[in-house]
Amino acid sequence: MAEPAPTPLSPVPPLPIDRTEAAFDDAKPAMTRDQAVAEANRCLFCSDAPCISACPTAIDIPQFIRKISTGNVKGSARTIFESNILGMSCARVCPVEVLCVGACVYNHMDAPPIQIGRLQRYATDTAFEKDWRFFEAGADTGRSVGLIGAGPASLAAGHELRRHGHRCTIYEQRSLIGGLNATGVAPYKMRTDRAVEEAKWVLRIGGIDVQRGVHVGNGVTLAELERRHDAVFVGVGLGADAMLGVPGENLPGVRGAVDWIEQMKLRTVPLDGVRRCVVVGGGNTAMDAVREASGLGIPSVTMVYRGKEPHMPGYAHEWSEAKDAGVRAEWQALPVAFEGDARLQRVRCVRVDDHKRPVPGSEFVLDADLALIAIGQARLGPMLAGLEGITLDKGRIVVDSHGFTGRKGWYAGGDCANGGKEVVNAAAEGKAAARAIHAFLTGAIA
Amino acid sequence: MPDLSVNCAGIRAPNPFWLASAPPANSGLQVQRAFDAGWGGAVWKTLGTPIQNVSGRFGGHTVRGVQGAGFNNIELITDRPIDVNLREIAETKRLFPKHALVVSLMVETREEWRDIIKRSIDAGADGLELNFGCPHGMCERGMGSAVGQEPRINQEITSWAVEYSTVPVLVKLTPNVSDIVPHGLAAKRGGAHGVSLINTIKSIIAVDIDRFVPEPRVGHASTNGGYCGAAVKPIALHMVAALAREKQFGLPISGIGGVSNWRDAVEFILLGSSSVQVCTEVMLRGYRVVEDMIDGLEEYMRTHGFDSIDRMVGKAVPAFSEWGDLDLNYETVAKIDADKCIGCQLCVAACHDGAHQCIHPTAASRVPTVDESECVGCNLCQIVCPVPECISMVEVNNGHAPATWNEHVTQGKTLRPKKGAH
Repeated sequence: MAEPAPTPLSPVPPLPIDRTEAAFDDAKPAMTRDQAVAEANRCLFCSDAPCISACPTAIDIPQFIRKISTGNVKGSARTIFESNILGMSCARVCPVEVLCVGACVYNHMDAPPIQIGRLQRYATDTAFEKDWRFFEAGADTGRSVGLIGAGPASLAAGHELRRHGHRCTIYEQRSLIGGLNATGVAPYKMRTDRAVEEAKWVLRIGGIDVQRGVHVGNGVTLAELERRHDAVFVGVGLGADAMLGVPGENLPGVRGAVDWIEQMKLRTVPLDGVRRCVVVGGGNTAMDAVREASGLGIPSVTMVYRGKEPHMPGYAHEWSEAKDAGVRAEWQALPVAFEGDARLQRVRCVRVDDHKRPVPGSEFVLDADLALIAIGQARLGPMLAGLEGITLDKGRIVVDSHGFTGRKGWYAGGDCANGGKEVVNAAAEGKAAARAIHAFLTGAIA
Repeated sequence: MPDLSVNCAGIRAPNPFWLASAPPANSGLQVQRAFDAGWGGAVWKTLGTPIQNVSGRFGGHTVRGVQGAGFNNIELITDRPIDVNLREIAETKRLFPKHALVVSLMVETREEWRDIIKRSIDAGADGLELNFGCPHGMCERGMGSAVGQEPRINQEITSWAVEYSTVPVLVKLTPNVSDIVPHGLAAKRGGAHGVSLINTIKSIIAVDIDRFVPEPRVGHASTNGGYCGAAVKPIALHMVAALAREKQFGLPISGIGGVSNWRDAVEFILLGSSSVQVCTEVMLRGYRVVEDMIDGLEEYMRTHGFDSIDRMVGKAVPAFSEWGDLDLNYETVAKIDADKCIGCQLCVAACHDGAHQCIHPTAASRVPTVDESECVGCNLCQIVCPVPECISMVEVNNGHAPATWNEHVTQGKTLRPKKGAH
């Protein structure tokens, strides 16, 4: 089959070399070949391995590791990408401690579990470095699919759809591609340039037209999308940072965490004179924010969370790293006001009880030059309103296990459907939806 | 304190761990360092007309990251002048009078044998080892395994050596024969005081898959070498045991082949060796491996109530039986210790794909279950299990009196119903 020419992608705006995220080194460094082979040889090659079950994309982990041990790195990378085309970024950003590595049987032996993420990085980095290509687009079916958003879910969906020969058009409101993988990942896991490189690598299968700077709803209507395409995949992620709605939130120095992280990754954030940072929230965005603030040299970083340590939604391994970096926490506390003279100087907080109700008379003040609000992101809101058959639940698009929304031809996946999970979940959901779309387009299902 | 000293065919040593005739016993300084490290004896690298060796002499067999699980070489006998070797032998014997210093020999004519034997004994050799085993190079010149594979020639040359020697003569046997027993008996007829075995096994260790040349590569070609190391231990144990149980044989045996630690040594001794010789493990890790060999053997003897090596020699030989004399009514099944199990399910894969499909995953946990009604007691699960003592093979009281195949055929004894044969 002739190799399909990649659809020309107009240049992605260059990332400033001195952007703030460039200050970070990899928290988990790349493995050399010799390290990878030694580690791969430790793998027991479990049958029906628990690490596979723990992977949302069900990568055949024992098989890819065995291939590393025999020097078959190309086969190893193929095994990974066959299950997860975003295997390169997932190797870096997955919370492996609670997924594959957490499931490794060596844990039950009180022996160090296999470093699956780092091995996957070794295989996929090698594939990128050597420019190996594994997949070709299928024969043109004459059908086309529109995908909203150029993040992990749409990239995974689009790639899978192209393998089946369906034409794809991605509509992305930014000029940057890669979605939250490019704008939101902690830079000590992966920097933005790597996410953009991966997105381009995925698009090399050809036949995916990426229209950037197009805002669905303004630039192109939903009705127009439905008219242009035989099916639509919604992978728009989540919206802006949710805020607390307390006095002083508009003071300079008070920022949404996702917004601040994006600025830190794509441009620069001002750090001069920032000595004390307060991060509000206890989820994984808060975990990233405290580690990033600390990593950028802010001497005092304090997390303010309304619950207790054992109940915080953020991963324990992330919090452990944060503590090691000197981050402190105020548990069972809630900001009630941001105060300062023309800019943030203090965060006024109150203690809350086990039912998260304020405890009278418990107010205290934290000095702060920077406050990052990491209490969640706005949900989809009105974007899909008016499309009959699509149901939203608390701003999430309701889908079945195949990503089907209930409206004929409309599918969704990633954060906008799952409420905000990992890149690997978006990759899995995008691929599952693509398979359902393929079945739909080829008449296998109504 | 158990006594580790040995007397193997009249050759005495402070312990049974001897360096085999090989690169680690190539020179005086090496052997002296080995004795300092604790080795009880050494068989000097084979003396004969000094040869010239190739570059590219050794090859290793790597298994799942374990280098040198098997090993081969295409080196020949000593390449050093005989008088240098003899001078160093004399010096070593003077420095270590209580250690066993055996000299390995390989020459062609009767006169050469007479000459080299006299000179070796004059230098202080405690014993001689006739190298009838080298499977590469020397055999092309009518020596080494070319002798060992012909019982008549083996016997004849052995008888020359015994005639000329005033010290014990060991014949080193080649494993490159279909049955070792006639070759051991030939050495005995020639008057040997003992045998040592096995020498290395004819082998090609690997192929350079980019150059299309076997390894070890010598320019654009290679040749078959001698295989040794941990991987050959089972073959060596069998050959040692085959001679040890042969009623007409009865000579002392110095066991060789893949001895890497004290456990291996114990096994060789229990199957009839009164000393063991080690090469590959020393080549891979150095003389210092002997420390654990000595400690481990001593502790084993203590816990098993052996006060001397003599009492251990051949202890497992009576249990080395013909297949037809095995009790077919003895039944075991696998039991999995759920507390120890880590859930890797290697036993499931092994049993399903390589055995009798009787270990199954369960819905409730990662710990598999054994269908004992189908388990034939093959041991495969126990072998693949990465957790020591997690899977045990437990004897089943099936109510059937013992019955061997031979008893079944000759006396009509009843065999239990077969399992897993549907």
